[in-house]
Amino acid sequence: MKRALVTTGLGLLLAAQATVAQDLAVRAERLYPVAGPAIDNGVVLIRNGRIERVGPADRVRIPDGVQTLEARVVTPGLIDARSVVGLAGYLNQPHDQDQLESSAPIQPQLRAIDAYNPRETLVGWLREHGITTVHTGHGTGALVSGQTLIAKTWGNSAEAATLQSPAMIAAQLGSGAFGAEGKSPGNRSKQVAMLRAQLVKAGEYRDKLARAKADSAPPRDLELEVLVEVLDRKRPLLVTAWREQDILSALRLAQEFNFRLVLDGAAEAYLVVDQIKAAGVPVLLHPTMARQYGELENASFTTAAALHQAGIPFALQSGYEGYVPKTRVVLWEAAIAAANGLGFDAALASISLDAARILGIEDRVGSLEAGKDGDLVLFDGDPFEYTSHVTAVVINGQVVSTVPR
Amino acid sequence: MLRRHVLALLCCLPLSAVGQERPIAFTGATILPVSGDAIENGTLLVQRGRIVAVGTDVRIPSGAEHRDVSGKVIMPGLVDTHSHIGQAAGGDRSAPIQPDVRVLDSINVRHAGIAKARAGGITTVNVMPGSGHLLSGQTLYLKLRRGTTVDDLSIRLDDGSLAGGIKMANGTNPIRPAAPFPGTRAKSAALMRAQLVAAQEYCAKMADRNLAAERKPARDLGKEALCEALDGRRIVHHHTHRHDDILTVLRLAEEFKLRVVLQHAVDAWLVVDEIAASGAPVSTLLLDSPGGKLETLNVNSAAPAILERAGVPTGFHTDDPIIDSRLLLRQAAMAVRAGMSREGALKALTINGARMLDLDRRTGSLEAGKDADFIILSGDPLSVYTQVLETWVEGAQTFNRADPDDALRATGGYGGSRDAMETDVLEMEGGV
Repeated sequence: MKRALVTTGLGLLLAAQATVAQDLAVRAERLYPVAGPAIDNGVVLIRNGRIERVGPADRVRIPDGVQTLEARVVTPGLIDARSVVGLAGYLNQPHDQDQLESSAPIQPQLRAIDAYNPRETLVGWLREHGITTVHTGHGTGALVSGQTLIAKTWGNSAEAATLQSPAMIAAQLGSGAFGAEGKSPGNRSKQVAMLRAQLVKAGEYRDKLARAKADSAPPRDLELEVLVEVLDRKRPLLVTAWREQDILSALRLAQEFNFRLVLDGAAEAYLVVDQIKAAGVPVLLHPTMARQYGELENASFTTAAALHQAGIPFALQSGYEGYVPKTRVVLWEAAIAAANGLGFDAALASISLDAARILGIEDRVGSLEAGKDGDLVLFDGDPFEYTSHVTAVVINGQVVSTVPR
Repeated sequence: MLRRHVLALLCCLPLSAVGQERPIAFTGATILPVSGDAIENGTLLVQRGRIVAVGTDVRIPSGAEHRDVSGKVIMPGLVDTHSHIGQAAGGDRSAPIQPDVRVLDSINVRHAGIAKARAGGITTVNVMPGSGHLLSGQTLYLKLRRGTTVDDLSIRLDDGSLAGGIKMANGTNPIRPAAPFPGTRAKSAALMRAQLVAAQEYCAKMADRNLAAERKPARDLGKEALCEALDGRRIVHHHTHRHDDILTVLRLAEEFKLRVVLQHAVDAWLVVDEIAASGAPVSTLLLDSPGGKLETLNVNSAAPAILERAGVPTGFHTDDPIIDSRLLLRQAAMAVRAGMSREGALKALTINGARMLDLDRRTGSLEAGKDADFIILSGDPLSVYTQVLETWVEGAQTFNRADPDDALRATGGYGGSRDAMETDVLEMEGGV
C-alpha cells in the first residue's frame, strides 16, 4: 500500500528544489562508470556536488561523516536525448501543451526556455526513474518548430535547471510536418524548397550584417538570427525524419548549407546506414517501443543495434506522445533495445555517455568520472530488467528521489 | 437439432488440429503449467490439438514426434482480454447503444496486428469494438490459429454459437456534445438502464411459452444480444476508469445481474474493497507514465498487486494499439516490479484471462484434456531478455521466431507492419 501511495504521489514534488551541493558517497556491488569498465565493489565520492573519485572500495576511502548510500548497481544519471516534457504536460489539455505552435510552418525564434515548466509532473516522473538530464523543447509537427534546451530534472526554475539553452533548432521533414487545411508545406518537395529558401535568406541576412556599417545595419530579425547560428555551425539543426527519403533529404540539406545536422526519429535509418555514416551525422533514435505504424510502420526494435553495429553515434529518446503514455522512459526503451541485439553496455551508453557526447554536455554529465556532476542512479538489480527498481536518484550530489520505482 | 449436434462435434475438433494424429512430445523444458508448480525437465505431450499429458514421468508413445526443448520455458498461451487487432470495428456514430453490431463482421485476419499478437505469444484474444459508445457492440473471442477467414479463428461454443462478449463503456469516452449521445455521467447511466429495462421486457416476452407467436414482439437484433448479456451467456466487458465510474458499473451489474469484467479500471486500486465484494474481475492496463488523458491521472503500476492482495481476480490486456501485442508479457513483469507475485502475474496472463472469457475449461493452463495452447520461451517469462520462440494453438505452430518472416513480425522492420493498423483505430478507441 505504501508503494500505492507514493506511486500516485506525483504531486508530492518536494516543496523546494534548492540545489544544495553536498558531499555524498555511494557504494555499489557493481558500478558502471560507462567511461570505463564496470567495477565490482565500487565507490563514488562526491564533494560539493561534483564527483571527486571513482574506484574500487579498497582504493577510495570515504571520509568520516560523509553520508553513504548503498546499492546493488549504480549507473551515471541517465540522459533522455530528445523529449518534450516540461513543454508537454501530463494533463494533456490545451493549457499544458506548449510543444507545438502551429501558426506558421517555420518559427525558429520560439525558445524552449520561455515555456519549460520544471515542476511538471512528467519531469518528476522521469527523475524518479533515474533520468537526471533531459534534452527537451519544441517538438514535431512543424517544418521548424523552435528551439530546444537541456536541463537537469531538478531545479526550482527553468534557469536553475538548465544546462544549455538553446541547445538545437528543431525541424521536421515528412508527412508529420505537412501544413493543415491546404496550407504549405503540402508535400515533401515543398518542405525542402521552403527550408532551402529560408536558409538562403538567413545567409543573405548574415552577409548584410557583415557588410553593414553601424548606421545601415538591417533591422534585427529574431527568426533569421537563429538560422544564422545554424549556418555558422554554432547550433545544430535537429531534423526529425522517419522515412528513408526524408533522412536523405536532411543529409542533402546539411551538405548544401554545411550545417551541423543531428537526425531525430530516423525509423528507417537501418536502410541508409552507409549514407548516415559517411556524412558523420549522429542520430537521436526514436523510442524502441514507439508504435510501428504510419511514418513509423517500418520501425524496428533492432534499429539501435544496427546503428551500433555500423558505428554511427546514437542515443535513445522518449520522443513525443500525443496520448498515452504521455511520456516514455528511456530506461525502459534502452532495455528493449538491449534485448534486441544492442547488448547491455551499448544500451547503457545510449542513455548516458553517448547521449551526452551528441548533446555536447559530456564535460558535465554522462559518465562517472572525477570532475563531472554528481548525478547517479541506484538500482537493486540489472537496470534493464523489468523487475528491478530504481531505489534512489542523485543530482549534483543531492539525493532527489528515494521513491522505489 | 441434427445440425446442432454436428456443430457441437465440430467444436471439439479444433480446425487446425484435425490432421495432427501423430503425437508431439516436448521434452526437457521448464514447464510452468500455471495450474500447479513449475516442472523442471518436464514433458508436454500433445495430440489432436489437445494436451495429453504434462509432467516428469510422461510416457511418450512410440511414433511420437520428439522435440528437445531443453533449457527453454513452456507456459500456457497468453490470453489478451482486450484488444483491437484485426481492424476491429463496432458501432458507428448514429447511436450511443448499438448491441446489434458485431466485431465479427469487421475482422481482417490478414491484419499485421494479428501476426504480431502471435509473435507476442498470444493464443486467445478478446477483440473488442471501441469505447466511444455506451455500448459499441458484440466482441469476438478468437484463437489465433493460422487461418484465412474469421471462421478459422473464431471459437464455437457447445451450442454452435460464436464465443464473444459485449462491450460497454462509461466515463468521458462515450460522452459527446450532441444527442443522441449522453452529455453527462448520470445521463449515460440512465440511457443504459433504459435499454436494459426494455431488453428485459423483450426477453421475457420472447421466452414466454404461453405467449402466442403473433403476440411476440418483432425480432430485435440488439435486444437479442442484450438478452444474452442479461442471462449471463454473454459477459459484459466494461470500459471504465474513474473510481466513481467503476462503482457505477458495479451498481448496473447488481441491478441487472450482469456478469461484468472491469476493463482498464485505472482507479480500481482506490475502490478495491468494493470490487472485491462484488466478485467482479479486473482486466488491468499498465502505462509507462501517468496522464495523457484526465481519467488516467491516477494510473498506478501497483494496482495489480493491490487487487491481487484483495483477492480480486486480475488479468492483463494490451488494448492493442495502445500497447503493442508483443509487449503483453512485459505488462505482467511491470506488475511484478510494482509488487504483484510472480505466480499471480502468470495467472493473470493466462487462466484468469481465460475465466474472464468463459474459456477456462479449454485454455489458460497446461493440463491434460485442455487445448494445446502454449508458448516456448528462451527463458524466464518475466525477463526483458526473454524471447517468445514459438507459439502453438491447438497443437499447431502459429509463430516460429526462427522463420525470417515471423522474426520480422516479432521485431518490426521493413514490411513488418504491412496491413498495419490504421490511425483511425486510435481515433475510434478515443481512449484507453
